[in-house]
Amino acid sequence: MNTQRAAWLFLAPALMVLGLFFLLPVFAALLLSLTDYDLYALADVGNLRFVALGNYWELLHRPLFWSALGNTFYFVVIGVPLSLMASLGAALLLHSPLARMKPFFRTALFAPVVTTVVAVAVIWRYLFNTKYGLVNYALGSIGIHPVDWLGDPHWAMPTIILFAVWKNFGYNMIIFLAGLQAIPGDLYEAARIDGASAPRQFWHITLPMLKPTLSMVGILTVAGYFQLFAEPYVMTEGGPLQSTVSVLYLMYEEGFKWWNLGSASAVAFLLFVIMFAVTATMFRLSRRGDEA
Amino acid sequence: MSKRFHHDGEQALSAGRTPISACAVALSVGMTLLLMGCSPATEGSQELTFWTIGREGEAVAKLIPDFEREHPGIHVKLQQLPLSAAHQKLLTAVAGSSTPDLGQLGNTWIPELAALDALEPLQARVDHSSIVRQADYFPSIWATNLIGNSPDKGVLYGVPWYVDTRLLFYRNDLLRQAGFDHPPHDWVEWRRMLAALSSPQLGHYGILLPTNEFEPLLALALQQDEPLLRDGNRYGNFRSAGFKRALSFYVETFKLRQAPMITNVEAGNPWTEFGRGVYAFHLSGPWNIGEFRQRLPPTQQADWSTAPLPGPEGPGASNAGGSSLVIFRHSAHKDMAWQLIEYLSQPTVQQRFYGLLGDMPPRRSSWEGGALHDDPKARAVRDQLERVKPTPPIPEWERIVTNMQLVAAQAVAGQLTVDQAAAEIDRRVDQMLEKRRWILDRQEKTR
Amino acid sequence: MNARLAKAMINGLLIGVAIVALLPLLWMLSVSFMTPGEASSLPPPLLPKQATWANYRELFTHAGMARYLLNSLLVSTAITALALAINLMAGYAFAKLRFAGRERLFQVLLGALVIPAQVAMLPLFLLLKYLGLVNSYAGVIVPAMATIFGIFLVRQYARTVPDELLEAARIDGASELRIFVQIVLPLLKPIMVTLAIFTFLAAWNDFMWPLIVLTGQEHYTLPIALASLSREHVQDSELMMAGSVVTVLPVLLLFLALQRYYLQGLLLGSVKG
Repeated sequence: MNTQRAAWLFLAPALMVLGLFFLLPVFAALLLSLTDYDLYALADVGNLRFVALGNYWELLHRPLFWSALGNTFYFVVIGVPLSLMASLGAALLLHSPLARMKPFFRTALFAPVVTTVVAVAVIWRYLFNTKYGLVNYALGSIGIHPVDWLGDPHWAMPTIILFAVWKNFGYNMIIFLAGLQAIPGDLYEAARIDGASAPRQFWHITLPMLKPTLSMVGILTVAGYFQLFAEPYVMTEGGPLQSTVSVLYLMYEEGFKWWNLGSASAVAFLLFVIMFAVTATMFRLSRRGDEA
Repeated sequence: MSKRFHHDGEQALSAGRTPISACAVALSVGMTLLLMGCSPATEGSQELTFWTIGREGEAVAKLIPDFEREHPGIHVKLQQLPLSAAHQKLLTAVAGSSTPDLGQLGNTWIPELAALDALEPLQARVDHSSIVRQADYFPSIWATNLIGNSPDKGVLYGVPWYVDTRLLFYRNDLLRQAGFDHPPHDWVEWRRMLAALSSPQLGHYGILLPTNEFEPLLALALQQDEPLLRDGNRYGNFRSAGFKRALSFYVETFKLRQAPMITNVEAGNPWTEFGRGVYAFHLSGPWNIGEFRQRLPPTQQADWSTAPLPGPEGPGASNAGGSSLVIFRHSAHKDMAWQLIEYLSQPTVQQRFYGLLGDMPPRRSSWEGGALHDDPKARAVRDQLERVKPTPPIPEWERIVTNMQLVAAQAVAGQLTVDQAAAEIDRRVDQMLEKRRWILDRQEKTR
Repeated sequence: MNARLAKAMINGLLIGVAIVALLPLLWMLSVSFMTPGEASSLPPPLLPKQATWANYRELFTHAGMARYLLNSLLVSTAITALALAINLMAGYAFAKLRFAGRERLFQVLLGALVIPAQVAMLPLFLLLKYLGLVNSYAGVIVPAMATIFGIFLVRQYARTVPDELLEAARIDGASELRIFVQIVLPLLKPIMVTLAIFTFLAAWNDFMWPLIVLTGQEHYTLPIALASLSREHVQDSELMMAGSVVTVLPVLLLFLALQRYYLQGLLLGSVKG
């Protein structure tokens, strides 16, 4: 048996699975998004119509799509920087030579990452209950009025963002920690001799050295946060007043609640295009920054 | 089997290999017994899958053992879908051809599943049944199970299981304290009582209307003369004066702070709150009669009562809701499924069901005996059932009312005026019905 | 700054962050042992007055939790075993076996990484319906049998396998399959453990796809069952917390046991390819 044939045999199962259950459906989704596949078509294919870009046109004129997009951007634009700051802060603490019991703290801070989103979202729903939740009770004890965290359209998304930061910061923390450990110690040594303060060291050594890691982590986190779904599904069911309907939640409802597979596919593709545009732009910008 | 055992034994004896082969036989017999013991169904018994929605599942589980005793060949496998996920679970099951044998179905969902060709027509079975007798059922409830473009020519897809409508629960002690000796008859009187019974600064409200439940507004809307859809259910009719009147009344209740602006998630436990006097009125379904009996202390049982919904001018209509029992077309056990439907339709079983859960039976003879007969709190339901209206029997209905409520919630929050909200609902509904219009037009052309 | 002060501050902050990270989980554990209704009182109790197993008993006897736990174990184990085998073979081939178009094919796969999985879900459902796999374990398992990320991970690691070792075996007349099984696999053991725990955790925690493809309760995995229960039993916080414990505990323990491998894999996977 020559290597060439062996290679294809080794690859065959993976390529078959990926081709049949991923790439083919993606291609099919593109076609589906050009039709009005719905309940009626599901019952009788004779009821299927080709609508070209009609689904996209309709979506762009639908306030709910724009508010779902707005909610998703809100989640990404506020959630990603907050998550990264939390991750970096925690990594800096863990990296400090003064920190003790590092393995314990590393494990403790990472624990939320491996938990099941649905299960911990259920916990948060009770922690943030307006009347009996621990959070409002704690705030009340320092004189802050109870906040209707998940019932007030202004607070629901911030609560979900807080949840996401708590759940995810440990992941990037580990990556940042590795990045920090890779920065040569003599750079700091030299800075210290020059009399640079700790904040100046952070600004002039740590951040520039961490930049490649930061931009990669940033791009991956943005891509992940665009896919917001389980949190609103469990915590708010998209409410109140649809203030936590994300693009993916809209796709799920459109597709699997109302069975408008055509327009749901269009939602999915628009999300893909937007995600791609945003992450590609970030990638460009970070590369240009590198060259400069 | 025993015969062969002896035969094998003799042969083995003569060949002088007794221990091993006897052991092997014993072992295989043992294995067979073990395997039989492991499988849940006993020999010859067939499994019947029955999907219920929400709270009915737990109650019906208590009725099933008697059915299984009467029909030793049938084992019923119950599954309980949570109410808020039931609709999408059902549609996914239909789309994926993984439907159960029979199920409970809200009667407004029947058109949708009928359009998907997922349900078995039942008229022939009803005609031959000595138990399910159409004449005994409330006609407006029975009619919701007939699907077709004209009600007199519809196809029967379900047998009503229990009726649901919206009626008024009220605290007669609180009303009396405020100087009212009877429940409201019309909206004007109702508004006056709501005003007298609300003191938001103390956390007391006239009524609880969860902003994510469409049923209260729908009931008010059905009281109007104008239909909710027009032109053979081709277009929305929410800009009609009637719907706007209902929406205004609804929105005003929040504006006047006679109802708190909360969803049912935040409302927590509405029964204890009603008991505490947080709400003087509660607009809900008849099954709550049972809940209030169970959840409020005995000392408070004389303090609450039920009444039919007040209308704009005098007693008003309400929705002809409820659940039906349906058989899915893909079922391999349709006859057995029908047996279960017949069992659950027996007046005595329906009375037990009412006793377990407070779900109101859809047939008159079930009302005649048992606890229901002289229950003063159930009388309002009976009264209301004389004035119920079905909703348009079209597949898009669930989506239409969902959107009606989403827009109404925006009006409640002050983001839209009543006129804007009505126009917005119509805009969305017309868009949703575009496919229906196309299909109807095409059908007419080919005719 | 005073060194002792700095030390106190840093460790104090760490303790604070650790409390924030762990408190919800500890609270979950505590509430799961409370009697029904106990958590919904003021002031909110931190510890049960009298610890009880009642919620767990209720979950396992009435809510069918044993079945869901078993389903989750079955589905996650099957996905892990299959995905491990398939991704290892593919990753090794990309790393060590020469064939025409290797780099371009790999580029295509990496490019496909930017497509969110959800884009494929709608047609995938129709495809599985056609194959009769909707509402079956296979419906969840089959699409997860190979992942681009897994192939990528294995390829990164397998590139460190020295070519001379493989060449020597080939000269000795060993078949490619034998080389893979007897020489390569033992060398890939660390990445196998990493990939296994990654895959298992992802399968265990997966929500959206099982939610779509599993229509009947009998196939529900824990997250789906929990989401469904939480909609039905909003007011029963103690019961829900017990359900969350059952869902979270297995993966948390698995992580604690194998965290070295998990964190290594996390770093390997995030290095720019």
